[in-house]
Amino acid sequence: MSIAPDDRPDPFRERFGRYLADNPMIPLIVFLILLVTGLEVMRPGIVTPFRADRDGLLSMFWIGNLLKFAIPLAMLAACQVLTMLTAGIDLSVGIIATVAAFVCATLSGTLGVAPAVLVALSCGIIIGLVNGFGVGIVRVHPLIMTLGTGLIATGALQVYQRFVINVGTEIPAFLGWLGTGRTAGMPNGLYVFIPFALLVFWIMRFTGFGRLLFAMGSNENAARLSGVRGWQVYLALYALSGFIASMAGLLYLGMIRQPSLSLANPLLLPSVAAAVIGGTSIFGGRGSYAGAIIGALILRVLDTMLTLLQMPEGARTALFGVIILAVTAIYVRITGSR
Amino acid sequence: MTQMKKHAWVISLAVLLAVLLALTKIIQPGFGASGIESLARAALPFGFATSGMAVVIIAGGIDLSVASMMAVCAVTTAVLMERIAGVPAVIIVLLAGVAMGAINGLLIVLTKVPDIVVTLAMLFVWEGVALLILSSPGGSTADWLQGTIRGSLIFFWLPKAFLIIAMVLALLWWPLQRTKLGLSIYAIGSDELAAFRSGISIGPTKVAAYAICGLFCAFGGLSLAALTGIGEPVPGPYLMASIAAVVLGGVVLGGGKGGLLGPLLAVFVLRIIRTLLTLMAVDPNVTTIVEGVIMVGVVMLGTALTLKGTRK
Repeated sequence: MSIAPDDRPDPFRERFGRYLADNPMIPLIVFLILLVTGLEVMRPGIVTPFRADRDGLLSMFWIGNLLKFAIPLAMLAACQVLTMLTAGIDLSVGIIATVAAFVCATLSGTLGVAPAVLVALSCGIIIGLVNGFGVGIVRVHPLIMTLGTGLIATGALQVYQRFVINVGTEIPAFLGWLGTGRTAGMPNGLYVFIPFALLVFWIMRFTGFGRLLFAMGSNENAARLSGVRGWQVYLALYALSGFIASMAGLLYLGMIRQPSLSLANPLLLPSVAAAVIGGTSIFGGRGSYAGAIIGALILRVLDTMLTLLQMPEGARTALFGVIILAVTAIYVRITGSR
Repeated sequence: MTQMKKHAWVISLAVLLAVLLALTKIIQPGFGASGIESLARAALPFGFATSGMAVVIIAGGIDLSVASMMAVCAVTTAVLMERIAGVPAVIIVLLAGVAMGAINGLLIVLTKVPDIVVTLAMLFVWEGVALLILSSPGGSTADWLQGTIRGSLIFFWLPKAFLIIAMVLALLWWPLQRTKLGLSIYAIGSDELAAFRSGISIGPTKVAAYAICGLFCAFGGLSLAALTGIGEPVPGPYLMASIAAVVLGGVVLGGGKGGLLGPLLAVFVLRIIRTLLTLMAVDPNVTTIVEGVIMVGVVMLGTALTLKGTRK
């Protein structure tokens, strides 16, 4: 935007900045498009179906693949967005997802699929309720509380594994269908994700609960003085977060088809990154789930890009970090907020 | 009054540690000098990671990249010691630690992105750097470095590893705590605006706090390399453990309160609980659960007590 020289106040730039601050999705989408364009330049034909020697299916395949791997990340990012709205964070989502996946895989052989899924989901809700109890009632810092329950859950999972070591694992067919199947080139996971995302939008925008989350994050004292029972909100919030995480874990199980004790753990830090890139403030009161979804897509495209570059693993990891930092820094600079 | 309370926390931790040591002795009558020595040796990298984390948390921040920085320092040590086995290698590693910490701090100050996000991103960066330096475990460390943390000294029961961490604390942190910089670190953690209005330059102080954290991480990396004898590029479990110990040690998340003695005692308490459970032939996996429960339980108790205090 070098329309005017930099040395005098530039009303256009100021207005542009304010416009972007009001519509934080625009720079994110632009960045995502830039990244995809970069990918296309690096490996012509990977994205566009318009080339002569390619049929249209390839592009659909690529987009489907991108979405498929972004879905679990985006679902875990929802946990982070919702908890960050109240100036919290949920560092137990990775292990909750793993617990749900592992429990479901080991139980569905003996108990049947439906009870196994129910048990898996209730594991997530229980861990979430413990988090909510600690954060809302005992007033422990969410970072510590969720870290602690994550530790406990890790240990519990390891102990549990010793009991079911002979059982063997079975992946429910419908989870496999959701995780790896495709309809018209698009992953079946979207059947879960689209209603889920709409539900999260609805919760955040149109329900009293959503407004309470924003209120608690903006000014907890003011919210309490206006009659909000904080502990109920926290309890519900972290239980919801645990539920979402366990759902994401089940979906991820269907996708990876290899339950292990650290299945979804590597998704934890990227889920925080996706929420932050998406413009959610970790200080509470501001955030959007649409942004986090774009953030998850950005992270996945970056992953592909760095893999294509065929750099040593170390350089890829380092570059990943640099880009997360750069995106957030630019975002903070543009929108002028933290 | 708060001074009293702070000391009460540290004293009760020390009492807890003594009780646990006595308990260990009762359960395992053979537990003696060598037991304490190996305990102190295993606690060394945790102690340094915790010290670094404690400094930034006191300054009102948090550093999620401690484990990665330690990995960088450990592999740097292992690679350097193959070529120049001596004091220069150690000095280079310490400088590298300070530089990494300072970079973390500078990025936080310059980009105005929250600490937790910057250090989250830097966690990946430093992990990548460690992998670039050494893509798989390898290298070697000089015998004298391994010798510095093995065995006991002076009194037959005082482990060298314990002495090292006490010396770093006594020569580095306690003098620093009494300087203007030390005071500033507490001030910006306690209330950034008030500190700014009292004429403290926030930016440099923050960078200094992160640089100190980096220095501790360098010590941690050195001790890791000395413990294993090689350089391991994959970060260990030091991030979560250090946050747990810092909180257990009475440092308030959000900054301004606490010291390094409490967190260090907490490290030893956590390690000895692990030893104790192993001696009692408890499943090592249950140990993880117990550690988590202790961490959450103690923090809950601490929070409940402080809340009661403020309400009165």
